[in-house]
Amino acid sequence: MLEQQLVNALSLGCVYALFALGFTLIFGVLGVINLSHGAVFMVGAYAAVQAMARFDLPLWAGLLFAFVFCGLLGLLIDFLVLRPLRARNAPHLIPMIATIGVAIILNNGIQGIFGAENVRFPAGVVSGESLDLAGIHLTALELGIILLSFVLMGVLMVALKRTQLGRALRAIAESPKAAYLLGINVEGLFFLTSFAAAALGGLAGVLIGLYSNAVFPLMGQPMLHKGIAVIILGGMGDIRGAMLGGLFLGFAEVLSVAYIGSTMRDAVAFGLLFLVLLVRPKGLFGSMQERKV
Amino acid sequence: MSTTPLLHLDGVSRHFGGLKVLQDVNLEVPQGGIFGLIGPNGAGKTTVFNLTTGLLPTTGGTIRFEGRDLAGVKPHEITRGGIARTFQNIRIFKEMSLLENVMVGMHAKLRYGGLGLLASSGLFRSEERRARDRARELLSWVKLDHKADDAADNLSYGDQRKLELARALATEPKLLLLDEPVAGMNSSEKTDLMHEIRNISGRGYTIFMIEHDMRFVMGLCEHIAVLNFGRIIARGGPDQIRNDPQVIEAYLGREEDEATNEGAAA
Amino acid sequence: MDALNNFWSVYSNLVLTLGTNALLALSIWLTLSCGMLAMANAAFMGIGAYTSAILTMTYGVPFPVAIAAGMAAPALTAFVIGKPTLRLSGVYLAMATLAFGEVVRIVVLNAESLTGGALGLNGIPPITQWWHVALALVLVLLGLWRLRRSKVGRAFEAIKEDETAAGLMGIDVQAHKMLAFVLGGAIAGLAGVLNAHQTFFIGPNEFGFDRGVDILTMTVLGGINGLTGPVLGGVILTILPEALRAFGDFRLVVNGVILVLIVLFLPKGIWDPARFRQWFGRKGAAA
Repeated sequence: MLEQQLVNALSLGCVYALFALGFTLIFGVLGVINLSHGAVFMVGAYAAVQAMARFDLPLWAGLLFAFVFCGLLGLLIDFLVLRPLRARNAPHLIPMIATIGVAIILNNGIQGIFGAENVRFPAGVVSGESLDLAGIHLTALELGIILLSFVLMGVLMVALKRTQLGRALRAIAESPKAAYLLGINVEGLFFLTSFAAAALGGLAGVLIGLYSNAVFPLMGQPMLHKGIAVIILGGMGDIRGAMLGGLFLGFAEVLSVAYIGSTMRDAVAFGLLFLVLLVRPKGLFGSMQERKV
Repeated sequence: MSTTPLLHLDGVSRHFGGLKVLQDVNLEVPQGGIFGLIGPNGAGKTTVFNLTTGLLPTTGGTIRFEGRDLAGVKPHEITRGGIARTFQNIRIFKEMSLLENVMVGMHAKLRYGGLGLLASSGLFRSEERRARDRARELLSWVKLDHKADDAADNLSYGDQRKLELARALATEPKLLLLDEPVAGMNSSEKTDLMHEIRNISGRGYTIFMIEHDMRFVMGLCEHIAVLNFGRIIARGGPDQIRNDPQVIEAYLGREEDEATNEGAAA
Repeated sequence: MDALNNFWSVYSNLVLTLGTNALLALSIWLTLSCGMLAMANAAFMGIGAYTSAILTMTYGVPFPVAIAAGMAAPALTAFVIGKPTLRLSGVYLAMATLAFGEVVRIVVLNAESLTGGALGLNGIPPITQWWHVALALVLVLLGLWRLRRSKVGRAFEAIKEDETAAGLMGIDVQAHKMLAFVLGGAIAGLAGVLNAHQTFFIGPNEFGFDRGVDILTMTVLGGINGLTGPVLGGVILTILPEALRAFGDFRLVVNGVILVLIVLFLPKGIWDPARFRQWFGRKGAAA
């Protein structure tokens, strides 16, 4: 039934949006297409599983752990790999390739440590309860995902639009040099962005891991593809666009699975993307020019 | 000497949204000789060049080159038709040598195709040799031939401008558009370039230049037009322009404004 | 002679793969040399692979014809999608071509009757000989080398540096970009044909995003300033996983580490004429 599909789509879309947000933040502020974001997403899921399994922690603690762990991971990646490249003013292809290397390290490292099979969250971490509203069945997990995502996105939007920090970030996205000349601590904000983006990615990883009950080393790859589709659909570097794009993709996928068939699901994302790029290269919401270096 | 102007701007205007950059510009550049377009900063002079070379469409009016309407003609076709230009902010190809830069200008004039290129036919080789020789010759016109094989990113500012000039000449233009050719040069460089431009004019190229330096313009140009706030306010020979009250007002007024702002800021 | 035979029986696949990877790296180099980051070459490789495989398997077409078809099909596709796509610049072009690549992969996945769907095509006649690959590589290198030294090569370089200025030199920018894109597609298709008839199995997942990223990495790593770079990059990234076998499960991790290190410490890729010039102190423009 349509309403049910829409609700399923909403929770899926929220996770896509969270993932895309991190990806877009890095692109918008640091100017880098971070192809290791999928791997970080995956690490988040593993981090949560490990923390919860070994220390018998509840879900919220697992989420928090994944958030912080991935944030630090993102910070590390930025410090070791992206920062030296920034200092060199490398053309934007180069950092992208470096992140590919990081993704290879993470994906295969995790596989080497934990094996390639599916790992599951400890049983019973998510309450089995569900809500039945007007004939729509909403599990606790879906509700949790939707609430958490909206809260996070809301906080992010407010931070960006109404705080000094947000203005500083937007200034950097426009032109790092100009921001620097205005006295903004550009490097510090790069670190902050790397942390936040990776943390969001890791969180998304936990949520998807719970949603599909599957955590495995390559789970980040398809997400990465979708993340790219989302940020282009939404306009590269545009936060609102990333969120709306993620939701949109969630809806498009679920509806196409329901009405067309599951194998074409991925084609939907990319076909749409291709068309949008031809008609409106800046994405549905993007007004962002490629940044002035 | 034919009476049809080489380049004719007829009632040309260009708007960007609400901003009227050019309004009802009428301009005739005669064949042969050196034509100057001057005016205070922001008057719209470079826009005239951008319209003429097809980088921007006009919002109104027509631009005719050798009698043909240039509307809708793509930039590379306009160049092939005989109009070449240099840029205010210098756009040489820094990763190539000087020789290669000039050879790029000859692109449209080299007569071999894909097959000839692959088979290294006689035509390919002779055309490439011709291109090299011609490029060296053009570099010698601007006295840069001794640096022909150097990388272009190592050149001094003045030399870069001269390279741009040689490269523009390589396209075998009938009309050469020079956008602020001496901006940023010291006076001896300016004098040098003045001589070179005169020589080039003497070889038969029609030159249309935008410049700020009044002395430079008055010393070189036979016909001058003055642009202010997007409108042509005066037209004529150097003496006429020098004494035209509106021109003096336009420049003096700007100077006064600058002085006032400086006073206020101090 | 025995030693050679032994070497060959163990490593022949590797050497052949080396050749096709070098071709792929060159195909993306071509578009890069024109200033375009077009990520559709993996898809073009796939189109070439599938077209030729279907022809040889189902219709018993002779190899040369299959090769020609395997190059023509992606070239034609490139021409068709090039028209709208090449207007885009920079990242948008990269993403559009990436998206296109994924669309191709998914279409192949779903056209089961023709392409075998997810199970791929099995039993492709293994007719690629080492000399096919060597010949292809030599011819392509020769052609590209010629191209670089002609007005077309200069035009590409000019477009890469400054499209507007290039246009004002009388260069038809769109036509040249299309040429680079279509030629790149044909070369990638060639690699696809040779590869398909060597591994006797192809599946849709070999030609997607990951493959595209691999190819790009080979080229950028090797060095984009000349023809040697892409070939070198192809060689290194083919051999590296093999050479790292000793590390067992973690060999790919080492692979990734090496990748990162190269990016960090060798900015223009491994083969960089400018850096060599610095080391050996010669003056002059890039070759």
